Amino acid sequence: MNSLLKSFLANNKRIKLLYCIGFLLLLGAAFAGICLGNTVISLSELISVFSKELSSSADGRIFLYVRLPRTVASLVCGAALAVSGTVIQSVLANRLASPSIIGVNSGAGLAVTLCTALGVYGGFRFSLFAFCGAFAAVMAVSLLARRIGASRGTLILLGIAVNSLLNAVSDTVVTFIPEVGVMSNDFKVGDFSAVTYSRLLPSAALIAVSLVLLFTLTNELDVLSLGEDSAKSLGMNTALVRTLFLMLAAVLAGCAVSLAGLLSFVGLIVPHAVRRLAGSKSSQLLPLSALFGASFVCLCDTAARTLFSPYEIPVGIIMAFLGAPFFVFILIKGKGGHTLA
Amino acid sequence: MLELKNICAGYGKNQILADISLSFPKSKFICIIGPNGSGKSTLLKTAMGIIPILSGEIYIDSENVNSLSRRQLAERMAYLSQGKNVPDMTVGQLVMHGRFPHLSYPRRYSEKDKSIVSAALNELRISGLRDKPLFSLSGGMRQNAYIAMALAQDAEYILLDEPTSYLDISHQLELMKSMKRLTALGKGVVSVLHDLPLAFSFSDYIVVLNNGVVVAEGTPEELYNRPIIREVFGIELDYSAEEKSYRYKYIL
Repeated sequence: MNSLLKSFLANNKRIKLLYCIGFLLLLGAAFAGICLGNTVISLSELISVFSKELSSSADGRIFLYVRLPRTVASLVCGAALAVSGTVIQSVLANRLASPSIIGVNSGAGLAVTLCTALGVYGGFRFSLFAFCGAFAAVMAVSLLARRIGASRGTLILLGIAVNSLLNAVSDTVVTFIPEVGVMSNDFKVGDFSAVTYSRLLPSAALIAVSLVLLFTLTNELDVLSLGEDSAKSLGMNTALVRTLFLMLAAVLAGCAVSLAGLLSFVGLIVPHAVRRLAGSKSSQLLPLSALFGASFVCLCDTAARTLFSPYEIPVGIIMAFLGAPFFVFILIKGKGGHTLA
Repeated sequence: MLELKNICAGYGKNQILADISLSFPKSKFICIIGPNGSGKSTLLKTAMGIIPILSGEIYIDSENVNSLSRRQLAERMAYLSQGKNVPDMTVGQLVMHGRFPHLSYPRRYSEKDKSIVSAALNELRISGLRDKPLFSLSGGMRQNAYIAMALAQDAEYILLDEPTSYLDISHQLELMKSMKRLTALGKGVVSVLHDLPLAFSFSDYIVVLNNGVVVAEGTPEELYNRPIIREVFGIELDYSAEEKSYRYKYIL
C-alpha cells in the first residue's frame, strides 16, 4: 500500500489530476448506475435501504438483485476491455489492434455459442470457455503475423479475416441450432440486462486477478515496446512474456464477453484517449485505462437504461454514439500523428 | 574475456557465420569491420544469444553462456541493435530500462539504479534531454539515448551494432572517446563500424569479416601494413603520423 502511495506521489501533476478525475468519474458512474433507471433511487432512499434488511423493501430488492450486479458488471467489463485493448496494442506494437477488431471478442463469442449449443451452462465454465476462445484467436493472429512477417496494416487485415471467420462459424452454429440464444442481436452489440451474480462473480474474480497481475508487469510491457532485439538484450524471454500478456488480455476480454456480449469500441478508444492524455508509460496507462474504461461503460449502460425509459437499448449502441464522436475529437485535437503511426 | 569458439550461426537454414573463433578481452575497444552482408550484425546477435548457435560454444569469463539465464547474460553483456524502434517514451524512461536485467520482481528502481542512469546520461551529455519524448529528437540524439541505455545496463561487455549511424562527425568522435573511457574503466567494448578511419583510429584491435568468415584480425597497425583492406573493401587507408589518425586514400 505504501509503495502504491509512493508511486502515485511520484507522478507529475497532470497524471495526479487524471487519477483524481478518473476516481471521481468512477464514483459518479457507479452512483448513477445504481440510482438511475426505470425506478429512480434517491440518495436518501439508498441510505435507508442499508438501514434495514435489503430484501425487505422494493428499493432494496432493485438495488441488490438488479442495479448492483449490473453496475459492477459494467464497471469490471469496461476496465477489462480497456486494459485488454491497451495490452494487445502494446504487445502487437499496433495501435489499431483491439479485442473487437482482431477477433479476440469474436473468439470468446464463438466459444460461448458453442458452450451453449453443447448445453454447458454455469458462470465459471462460461468464463473459461470464453477465455479459451479469446486466447486461441489472439494467438492465431499473433503467430500468423509473426510467421509472415506482417506489417502493422497486414496484422489488422489478418485480424479482420480471423474475426470474420469466427463470426461466420458462430452464425452457422446459430443457423443450425436456433435455440442457441446467445448470438442474439443484444449479445452481438453488447448488453448487461442478463447479468446475474452467478455469471458475474467468477468473471469479476478472474478479471480482478488478471488486472492486478498486469499492473505489476508494466515494466515488462514497456521493455517489450523497445522491439524484439532490444528486449531480448535486456534479458527478457520475449516469446514467454508476449504469450503471458496475450493470455492475460484474453482472460480480460473473454470474461467481459461472457458477461456482456461483444462490446466493441471500448478496447480501442479508451487506450487511445488515455494515451493522448497521459502518455504511453504503462504503469500510468494501464490503471488509467481501467478507471476510464470502467466509468465509460458504466455511464453508457446507465444512459442505455434511462434515455428511452421504459425502453432499454443495448449498451453497445450508446457506446458507439458517444464514443465515435469523442474519438474523432481526440484525433483532431491531437492532429492524428504519432500514436497511430 | 568473451570467447567465441567455432561458431556457426544464421537464420533458420540459412547459415551466415562459418566457424568463427574470436576472443574479446576486457579493457579493449574492438571493432568488427566488413562489407555489407558479411555477417557483422549476425556475429553480435549470436554473441548476445539473440540468434541461436548452430554449432560451437560461447564463454564469458570462462563460463559457458548456456549455463546462464537470459537475464544473467544481460547483466554481463549489453547489446545495442542497429535498427531500433522509436517507442513513445521519454529519454529518461528509455535509459531507465537499461536497469531492467538488474531488477527483481516487481521491478522498483533503487537509488543506485537512478544514480547509474544519471551517470549514463551525463556520459553521453544528454542529461538535459531527460524529459524529452524520443520521437521529438533527431536521429543522432535518439542514438545517444539508446547508447546511454546500453551504458546504464552496467555490463562488463558492451556490443554495439553501428553506433555511429545518424551521428554527425563531432558526435561520432565524442562517442569514440566515450568508448575509450569505458575501456579505461575495465569494460570490453565490441563495435561494428562501417567507418574504417574511425575504426582504425580509435580501436585497440580489429576483426575483418567477409562472407561470414574472419579473414583477418590484428591491431590497426598490423592490418594497415597488410593488403587485406584493399582486398576486402577495394580501398586504401592513409596514416598520418602527425595526427595519429587514419583517413581514406581517395582515388579520383
